[in-house]
Amino acid sequence: MSITTIADFVPTELARGRGGGGPAPTRTVVAYGFWIFLLSDFVLFSGLFAAYAVLSGNTAGGPTGSELFNLRNVFIETMCLLLSSYTAGLGALSAERRQPGSFLIFSAFTFVLGAAFLVIEAREFARMAAEGAGPSRSAFLSAFFTLVGTHGVHVTSGLVFLVYMVAQVVAKGLRPHVLRRLLCFSLFWHALDIIWVGVFTLVYLMGAR
Amino acid sequence: MLGRLSWAAIPLDQPLPLYAMGAVGIVILVVLGIVTVKGWWPYLWREWITSVDHKRIGVMYVILGLVMLLRGYSDAIMMRTQQAIAVGDAQGYLPPDHYNQIFSAHGTIMIFFVAMPLVIGLMNFVVPLQLGVRDVAFPTLNSVSFWLTASGALLVNVSLVIGSFSRASWWGYPPLSELAFSPDEGVDYYLWPLQISGIGTLFTGINFVTTILKLRAPGMTYMRMPVFCWTALATSMLIVAVFPVLTATFVMLLLDRYLGMHFFTNDLGGNQMMYVNLFWAWGHPEVYILILPAFGVYSEVAATFSGKGLFSYRTMVWATLGICVLSMMVWLHHFFTMGAGADVNSVFGIMSSIIAVPTGAKVFNWLFTMFRGRIVFTTPVLFLIGFMITFVLGGLTGVLLAVPPVDFVLHNSAFLVAHFHHVIIGGVVFGALAGINYWFPKAFGFTLDDRWGKASFWCWLIGFYLAFTPLYVLGMMGMTRRLQHIPDPSWQPLLLVAELGAIVIFLAVLCQIMQLYVSIRNREVRRDLTGDPWNGRTLEWATSSPPPAYNFAVLPRVETIDAFWQMKRRGLPAVEPSYEPIEMPRNSPIGIVNAFFATITGFTLIWHIWWIVIIGLLAIAVGILVFGWSENREREISASEIARLERARLALGRAT
Repeated sequence: MSITTIADFVPTELARGRGGGGPAPTRTVVAYGFWIFLLSDFVLFSGLFAAYAVLSGNTAGGPTGSELFNLRNVFIETMCLLLSSYTAGLGALSAERRQPGSFLIFSAFTFVLGAAFLVIEAREFARMAAEGAGPSRSAFLSAFFTLVGTHGVHVTSGLVFLVYMVAQVVAKGLRPHVLRRLLCFSLFWHALDIIWVGVFTLVYLMGAR
Repeated sequence: MLGRLSWAAIPLDQPLPLYAMGAVGIVILVVLGIVTVKGWWPYLWREWITSVDHKRIGVMYVILGLVMLLRGYSDAIMMRTQQAIAVGDAQGYLPPDHYNQIFSAHGTIMIFFVAMPLVIGLMNFVVPLQLGVRDVAFPTLNSVSFWLTASGALLVNVSLVIGSFSRASWWGYPPLSELAFSPDEGVDYYLWPLQISGIGTLFTGINFVTTILKLRAPGMTYMRMPVFCWTALATSMLIVAVFPVLTATFVMLLLDRYLGMHFFTNDLGGNQMMYVNLFWAWGHPEVYILILPAFGVYSEVAATFSGKGLFSYRTMVWATLGICVLSMMVWLHHFFTMGAGADVNSVFGIMSSIIAVPTGAKVFNWLFTMFRGRIVFTTPVLFLIGFMITFVLGGLTGVLLAVPPVDFVLHNSAFLVAHFHHVIIGGVVFGALAGINYWFPKAFGFTLDDRWGKASFWCWLIGFYLAFTPLYVLGMMGMTRRLQHIPDPSWQPLLLVAELGAIVIFLAVLCQIMQLYVSIRNREVRRDLTGDPWNGRTLEWATSSPPPAYNFAVLPRVETIDAFWQMKRRGLPAVEPSYEPIEMPRNSPIGIVNAFFATITGFTLIWHIWWIVIIGLLAIAVGILVFGWSENREREISASEIARLERARLALGRAT
């Protein structure tokens, strides 16, 4: 027989604090699973960040970051995204308080700010491509467009997610399963901020010097 | 209109793959014909294709893995035969271009579509049962995962008849895999299927981390989980931690190939070594993703068939988690010779040797579990013993290769090929086969024939040593890997021995097919009516074989490690519990529908047919949005229905 210790014979009722409390409620399971998904998304970005860090100096005689980046635009862009997270947070609080009206208003703000972020980013990309600094110009630019572009794709799908959730709230009201999905949206939107803080620091602040 | 696709993509000038696919096509048509004539489609659709039951999905994963094993094995025997005959003046029967595709496909298929489905299939079937719960955390996502994996497997096999596969090996190093040197669709047939199945695998990882950490029977603390669940947890965490790296790496290579970017190219600042580093940052943890669940199987088999608890459970758990962490710190040993320098090589050499320590501790745990146990020599136990000897030897050659100066001599040689087949066949394949033999009665309600099982084991073991021991010697003699033509005639005798080994392994596969056939024919005699054919210790044996859809009518209450063993010693309760209605997830076609469009999207991406790509992506998006809108995803099984099923089951059990 294996050696038994006192911890091996804790009755079921007392095992709660040791992870023995039985299956978790759905809301916990869904939020937890979504967290793990976001974690995997962070790992994906870590690969792109690593590639950017390796390739950022490889401009192959083409333009460098300090020649291309306009920090004033990027600052406005960043503020749009951070503010959109604030309004998304207020929207989540209204949803928790079962106030669909203010949820919709805050969601509209979130959408406009997120869309503004995307417009500024798209204009930056278009300007760079017009100047002959497209993604195939150098390894640095390949890494730049891929890292920042992947974040942009995430923001775009976040906006689709937001519209979809607004539609669900309008059609069904703030029912438990809608609230669970809203929780996932909130997590997603805030995660994009965290990624952007990394992009802003590593790509723009360090690259514009 | 059809992008790059034209009739030239069908390799009419190469009869071999066409004949092969003709034969496969006929088999598929016959199977589909039988299913249609017998009217089995509604049953298959309802009970399997749209099923979100983790047990069904697990079985389908294992079947996918076994079918792909036949494909991967065909590649292997073709390569062995080519090397055995293409010596000196003889050129063999496979031209270089075809041979290069075969070794690339062999590695890709064996890792991604054999080993992964087998391991994930066992996890799917076993983990919720061992945790004493009714399903995984996200049952529909689980179905999506499976069908995406199947979609990837299908796409890789399509390359046999339409176009050609990659010639850049299973790791696709640039610059060879870049557009400049692989301009046709071959590398794309490698990248897109792996992206599609990789998403499925990532979902599986997320699903199982959540399931194991958040859904366990009341009283099952972390340190009461069966060891197989611990290894499944470690594997799932590794999947979440490293599969996105592979996805990101392949995205970069795809952008190089499709949009002319310069991540890994030779010009404009690309860095080829970055691919190598990123690939193995995924690739080394990947081998532990495969082996850890196999370690879990061996732990269950050792304890059950020795009639005693696992020796030093805690050591086993910590060794598993230790391997989980260490596995991410050794990737550079895959390219010691690629210019990292002595200091870096030393660090990774030492780390690679250290990872052998927790693995060694596990071997001692299994040995001490069996020591003075009442060992029942069933097929899984033979695989366990065969594994312990084989894996220790294979591990030792691995420690040898972990020494950078030795690696400089042996890298890229047949010695290396022998080493990793030694650990993957001796570890993962033996583990999967032990697991299949062990849990088959739980899945289907009758045991597998032991005589054919043992015959298959001996063929596997002997065939393995015949096939791969010569490769160690050949590696020492200077034979590099992936040779389409053998320049040195003195290597031929050993290559013929290796060919013989491959044939003996084929006998092993035949024995397994016979084992299945004989067992199914005698299933009425072989019925397992108790649900506990091996005198098991963990909760999966506490329910009937096969288990009802809801697994457990009343969630078991766990008070020790080896919960079912303790329940049996205390005696089962005499009074019937009061049953409550159970909510179970409804079937969903979203998995197969998504995978259908993913296959079409992948295929058209490979052939640059952009308008169908857009349609396919939109269809996937619509599928997700439609599913995301639904709410009644559960159906209720009434208490009276459960009482009826449970009474029938208990009556059967008492009758034996």
